[in-house]
Amino acid sequence: MSANLLTLSGVHTHIGAYHILHGVDLAVPRGQLTMLLGRNGAGKTTTLRTIMGLWRASKGKVDFEGRDITAMETPLIARHDIAYVPENMGIFADLTVKENMLLAARSAKRAQQMDAQRLQWIFSLFPAVEKFWNHPAGKLSGGQKQMLAVARAIVEPRKLLIVDEPSKGLAPAIINNMIDAFAQLKRTGTTLLLVEQNLSFAKRLGDHVAVMDNGCVVHAGSMQELSDNEDLQHRLLGLAI
Amino acid sequence: MMMYRLLSNDMPRSRWLTGLLVVLVLALALTPFIFPGVKALNVAAKVMVFIVLVASFDLLLGYTGIVSFAHTMFFGIGAYGIAVATTRMGPTWEALAVGLGGALVLSFVLALVVGLFSLRVRAIFFAMITLAVASAFLTLASQLHEITGGEDGLTFKVPEVLSPSFEFSDEPFLGVSIDGRLLCYYLLFVTAVVLFLALLRIVNSPFGRVLQAIRENEFRAEAIGYRVVVYRTTSAILSALFATLAGAMLALWLRYNGPDTSLSFEIMMDVLLIVVIGGMGTMYGSIIGAALFLVAQSYLQDLLRLASDGASALPWLSALLSPDRWLLWLGVLFVLSVYYFPTGVVGRLRASSFGK
Amino acid sequence: MKSMDFDWKPLALVPLLALLMVPLIGSSSTWITLTVAGLAMGMIIFVIASGLTLVFGLMDVLNFGHGVFIALGAFVATSVLGAMSDWTNSDVLWRNLVAVFPAMLVAMAVAGAVGLAFERFIVRPVYGQHLKQILITMGGMIIGEELIKVVWGPAQIALPLPEGMRGSLFLGDAAIEKYRLMAVAVGLGVFLTLTWVLGRTKIGLLIRAGVQDREMVESLGYRIKRLFIGVFVVGSALAGLGGVMWGLYQQTVTPQMGAQVNVLIFIVIIVGGLGSTGGALIGALLVGLMANYTGFLAPKVALFSNIALMVGVLLWRPQGVYPVANR
Repeated sequence: MSANLLTLSGVHTHIGAYHILHGVDLAVPRGQLTMLLGRNGAGKTTTLRTIMGLWRASKGKVDFEGRDITAMETPLIARHDIAYVPENMGIFADLTVKENMLLAARSAKRAQQMDAQRLQWIFSLFPAVEKFWNHPAGKLSGGQKQMLAVARAIVEPRKLLIVDEPSKGLAPAIINNMIDAFAQLKRTGTTLLLVEQNLSFAKRLGDHVAVMDNGCVVHAGSMQELSDNEDLQHRLLGLAI
Repeated sequence: MMMYRLLSNDMPRSRWLTGLLVVLVLALALTPFIFPGVKALNVAAKVMVFIVLVASFDLLLGYTGIVSFAHTMFFGIGAYGIAVATTRMGPTWEALAVGLGGALVLSFVLALVVGLFSLRVRAIFFAMITLAVASAFLTLASQLHEITGGEDGLTFKVPEVLSPSFEFSDEPFLGVSIDGRLLCYYLLFVTAVVLFLALLRIVNSPFGRVLQAIRENEFRAEAIGYRVVVYRTTSAILSALFATLAGAMLALWLRYNGPDTSLSFEIMMDVLLIVVIGGMGTMYGSIIGAALFLVAQSYLQDLLRLASDGASALPWLSALLSPDRWLLWLGVLFVLSVYYFPTGVVGRLRASSFGK
Repeated sequence: MKSMDFDWKPLALVPLLALLMVPLIGSSSTWITLTVAGLAMGMIIFVIASGLTLVFGLMDVLNFGHGVFIALGAFVATSVLGAMSDWTNSDVLWRNLVAVFPAMLVAMAVAGAVGLAFERFIVRPVYGQHLKQILITMGGMIIGEELIKVVWGPAQIALPLPEGMRGSLFLGDAAIEKYRLMAVAVGLGVFLTLTWVLGRTKIGLLIRAGVQDREMVESLGYRIKRLFIGVFVVGSALAGLGGVMWGLYQQTVTPQMGAQVNVLIFIVIIVGGLGSTGGALIGALLVGLMANYTGFLAPKVALFSNIALMVGVLLWRPQGVYPVANR
């Protein structure tokens, strides 16, 4: 078992005429929480979408558990036990919360077939999901939708959880719930890759950090190292975390 | 130098294309003298009418990016304008003027209404709506028996000077009798040339450039400050007016018009096919496409007849190759063109020129 | 399914239209006959339109050639029913049904099979390119229509109703044709089945989710492209079924019938909202009723009345009565 669950080597991505990723090298260690930081427009979301196959890498390689998933189709990538929560959350507004969760539970044909124990655990982390179980997901508030999005991603155990800006628009109290959830997930052996702009959130959670700028990874190391070094923080992110 | 001005700086940009165009224009100009017989003359006249019709459609589809199935409606309005006016007012030039004028006004109003209403909705909606409107119009024309002659259509006379019985001189010129028919043919020719050059001027004007910008990226065009709806509606109106003129040309030549002559769905498909094969957004595509298509249509049916007879041993093959099934092969050609020749003949010719 | 605030206004349009016509028609028995006829026609149109609207909603593909499956279904039925004339000539209903059901099934199977080929060769190469889709599916319809002429000949063929299905029931003075009631029943059956599948099965869930956000469904691990092929085939099969029913309704079939019904179908799904089966039902019922009422009151404006209906609805709700999210 290699130390890295997911590895990107020299990945370039073009969207139309725009060259967004210029050779991204990223290693996501197994069982740890990796934070992907960087300014707006640095290419963080593009990196996630390239991993998921929503955008195709024009050059380079994406390796997951020793398998080359660079040119794989999105559904197949997802079936390697990778869960993805996009920036816009991807909630199906016209479907109920229950239906959203059922969709994500690939092994269940009906709601009753979902793992009850796991659901209880999810409800304890995100009470709103239980409260609005039979309501259309579109009626939830922004923060509640975010919780539903993450709840959906963990309704079945996955090896890798990729989340784009989990704390966006969340009240501080909910952020604590989110941090708790991720910590618990880590304990179950899930690897996490999170994109974040909220640096205090990042500091509390991350084991490993990679910083992006202009479409490449300009720094990678442990979160401890970054938070101890204020000069480094200023240089990479322009402010202290 | 004058050539540049005449063609509004929109040159063929390919030696093959230029050659082909020159040959076609000359052939059309000299058809009465080169190709004897009534059939050849009819085909040539139809080619000229279709050049204008397809070019007007190219303005809408190729340059503005709008798919409309109502184009034949305007074609029909032009044809019926002439037909109805001469039937009611007699074969005079006044009747022609009234008919044409009325047709243009009707087309203008209809295009304005359809444009303003439908161009605000999505392209797919618009396409479907135009299909519905065109169907309705076809039904209307068949039903308003008193005005349009219903299913049978209207047969009428044209001003004496253009009719076959009118002879300018007793002696034939270069083997061709100088009669009204010949005059009519050259009237059509001059009209076609003038209208085509006018369209070329329109698409190469600042207006035309904005249309193309809108076609490429509507959002950006609107952001820069162009009112997209105004431009699209204007393009739709212009396209309709030119189609109406083409319809008038057709009616004048055939001295007959009926629902199937100008309003049928088959004609709409022909126009689509020609514009796709010729090359969308090129204008010259309409010339090449119309010539290719109509010549093939007229003479290929004979070829199919031969093939069908030859295959009579295999009845299913014979049925497939029957000349009545011309439209089947058209459809296949159409589908293949959309895939493999998205830029059409003109695009292909130009691309190979760039390689040189 | 969707709870609390159900949008009932579009649904009210149907009885509204029917009631509006009462004073214009005068006699209540004629009104009943026309209304049943309109509902029957509407149901048949719904069966045909439901597939088309789902295909568009799910994959953003507009099939201008949908009409070819209608004609195909109808012509297949002429062959099947023609071969079973002892069953159709009998005036015992169940014997007729023994002929009609297989005709419907065969028609659906053939239409579905052709739909599979149509998706593979005509539609798939132009995913995402609306302009080319419109052109190419039109081309596909022309080819289909001509191939029908090759197999069955270019002339119209009679498709008489089996003996036992003819005749009318009487509600007071009003004559209600038996066949029309059957058509309503079949249409309702299709609607209820579709609603059940969409609302209560995982596949239905996938379709509904896919209509809203295709990318997210793929990110959840579902190969939505395969699902789409399935929906396309089912849509084509339903169009084939609709073709059989339409053919029996008109008692004659022509190769051009596909193109003719196409226009009505488009009006229906525009009125209903692209992607919505409920909307398609309402649109279809409105169109069917309108066609029958105006056919009686003012036959010359029949097609125009449907266009006026479409314009009216679009002025009220520009995306159709039940617009489906996104796009």
